Amino acid sequence: MKILVPIQLVPDLVEELVIAQDGKRLDLDATRWIISEFDDHAIEQAILLKEKIGGEVTVIAPDFEGTEDVLYQALAKGADQVVKLSGDFQSELNTHALARLVVHYLQTKSERPDLILTGVQANSSLDGSLGPLLAAYLDLPFVDCVAQTEIEDQKITVRKEYPGGLTADWSVALPVVLGIQAANTPPRYVPISKMRLAMKTGSIATEEVGELDLSGAVDSTRMYTPEADQRAQMIDGDVDQVAEKLVALFKELGVL
Amino acid sequence: MSQDIYVFIEHVCGKTLDISYMMLAQAQQLAAASGGEVVAILLGHNVAGLASDLGADTVWYVDHPELEDFIWANSLAVLEALLARQSPRLVLFGDTTIGSGLASGLSARLGLPLVGYCRQVFPNGGHFHYISQICGGKMLVEGALPDSTALIAMIPGAFRIEQGKSDEKHSATPVPLDGLDEILARNAQKYIFKGYTEPAAGDVDITREKILVSVGRGIQSEDNLSLAQDLADALEGAVSGSRPIIDQSWLPTSRLVGKSGKTVKPKVYLALGISGAPEHTEAITGADAIIAVNTDPSAPIFNLAKYGVQLDLLDLLPVLTDRVRAEK
Ligand SMILES: Cc1cc2nc3c(=O)[nH]c(=O)nc-3n(C[C@H](O)[C@H](O)[C@H](O)COP(=O)(O)OP(=O)(O)OC[C@H]3O[C@@H](n4cnc5c(N)ncnc54)[C@H](O)[C@@H]3O)c2cc1C
Repeated sequence: MKILVPIQLVPDLVEELVIAQDGKRLDLDATRWIISEFDDHAIEQAILLKEKIGGEVTVIAPDFEGTEDVLYQALAKGADQVVKLSGDFQSELNTHALARLVVHYLQTKSERPDLILTGVQANSSLDGSLGPLLAAYLDLPFVDCVAQTEIEDQKITVRKEYPGGLTADWSVALPVVLGIQAANTPPRYVPISKMRLAMKTGSIATEEVGELDLSGAVDSTRMYTPEADQRAQMIDGDVDQVAEKLVALFKELGVL
Repeated sequence: MSQDIYVFIEHVCGKTLDISYMMLAQAQQLAAASGGEVVAILLGHNVAGLASDLGADTVWYVDHPELEDFIWANSLAVLEALLARQSPRLVLFGDTTIGSGLASGLSARLGLPLVGYCRQVFPNGGHFHYISQICGGKMLVEGALPDSTALIAMIPGAFRIEQGKSDEKHSATPVPLDGLDEILARNAQKYIFKGYTEPAAGDVDITREKILVSVGRGIQSEDNLSLAQDLADALEGAVSGSRPIIDQSWLPTSRLVGKSGKTVKPKVYLALGISGAPEHTEAITGADAIIAVNTDPSAPIFNLAKYGVQLDLLDLLPVLTDRVRAEK
């Protein structure tokens, strides 16, 4: 079983987000890039499947500040191959362009993956999600918002989520693209020793990419932080003072 | 190109999803500006009745047994065939478990531009502009849409459900599509439906609680959940949580608040260590009062909450619980 996990880096939302000089996008250099949460689940699900039935997991990512760390992490978790797509992404890489890069990468390989796992979405993508773009370009079946994946006899059974907690189970034929919402178990923790080993013994393959085709996205003219019509009224003070004010508030709201 | 605004209607198990009405409300506003019509697109099997309360000028209906349960490739194939014959100004999808993937797929197949995470489209000097909300609600992005056909994946927020409903009792207009049997039969081999599972009822129905003590990733460990439970007990409320808490199995799925969980309307919603991502906040706007506790002053939850506290929740919780207990 060959599993491909194309991943994306997204801004770390815990850090302050800085808008670029042109006022249209994030300042790429001032942004801390981390793996998209859902891509982390996609890698985990790939490793879980490999552990169960064997096979080969390849993780592929565009080269950003932080990509190498993420790829070594993937190796430490059990990925067999990691690939960095190297090119000029400073002008901004969008999801359509990334999907085309992944398709191009696959066209240069003799063997196609049986399974392509992508994170269900990336928090900074304005132009859709990687999974369905890939499935459409490659003419493969696709199931989105997958929260459970089982495999038996070359058949994948997935649990797709709907709003309100309803789920539907589907059996899908391979090859297939899945949009992973959650792996069967949360992404594993990588101990530093394993990470060091991966950095020492593993290697990252580099694929140079040509010019980016950004079509499919719509340009932005302005990026800004939301001005809430009515920002929260802040309750100030130390822990004791705040607790006292909250108790008074609970009473006022009629719940105490 | 026509000036019509198409809306892809989402439904599951015979019920229209709220996002569809919200999109219809958006479409009405845009059609009034463009001079076009609002066309709802309904795909399914034996669901013509769903057309009746849709706030659209026309409801196009494609009925086929293979469209009974949502299959991405089937809906995509039908939409491709439909759009090969028409070129509306915009096609609106929900940025949801159903619409999001369809919008992306269609964009790839037909080479049409796509804007996701869209909160609102508004007319501006003869053109349409979009506002999208990205980075977990921390950033807004605005831009002009092309004057040719564009696809939009919408998140809830700017329009109310009632605005997109109609009591005119529409009937569905069947749309015949050549070669449909063939296309759908091809996909039938690839997807086999196994069945739906309703969410487990759980011990507590969080949609009925007056007070929810809701915890997010800021609670940091499973052990700390008891701090939230203690406060909920003292306030005679219940504990709920955001997605990461449920994914870690620290709370059962029945306690999940948000897009893939429950929509709640308590008197007081205490959001503890929850950043306020749109997938979470869309389900709490009906709360009378949201009180957010977060160490990050720029957390988007403070844009929605009525009251805010910028403190470490682990410090605050034990003290607050003691104070509440002392009041009794
Ligand atoms: C299709 C789809 C469906 C989804 N459905 C849902 C859903 O139903 N429900 C849902 O919740 N999410 C859902 N999500 C996920 C959503 O996008 C967010 O990832 C999630 O809501 C984030 O949860 P959080 O706020 O707990 O975590 P984070 O975003 O990580 O926020 C943690 C917050 O805690 C604060 N914090 C940290 N430590 C402390 C401390 N000691 N004291 C106080 N504050 C602290 C931080 O400042 C931060 O703001 C969905 C996503 C997708 C793609």
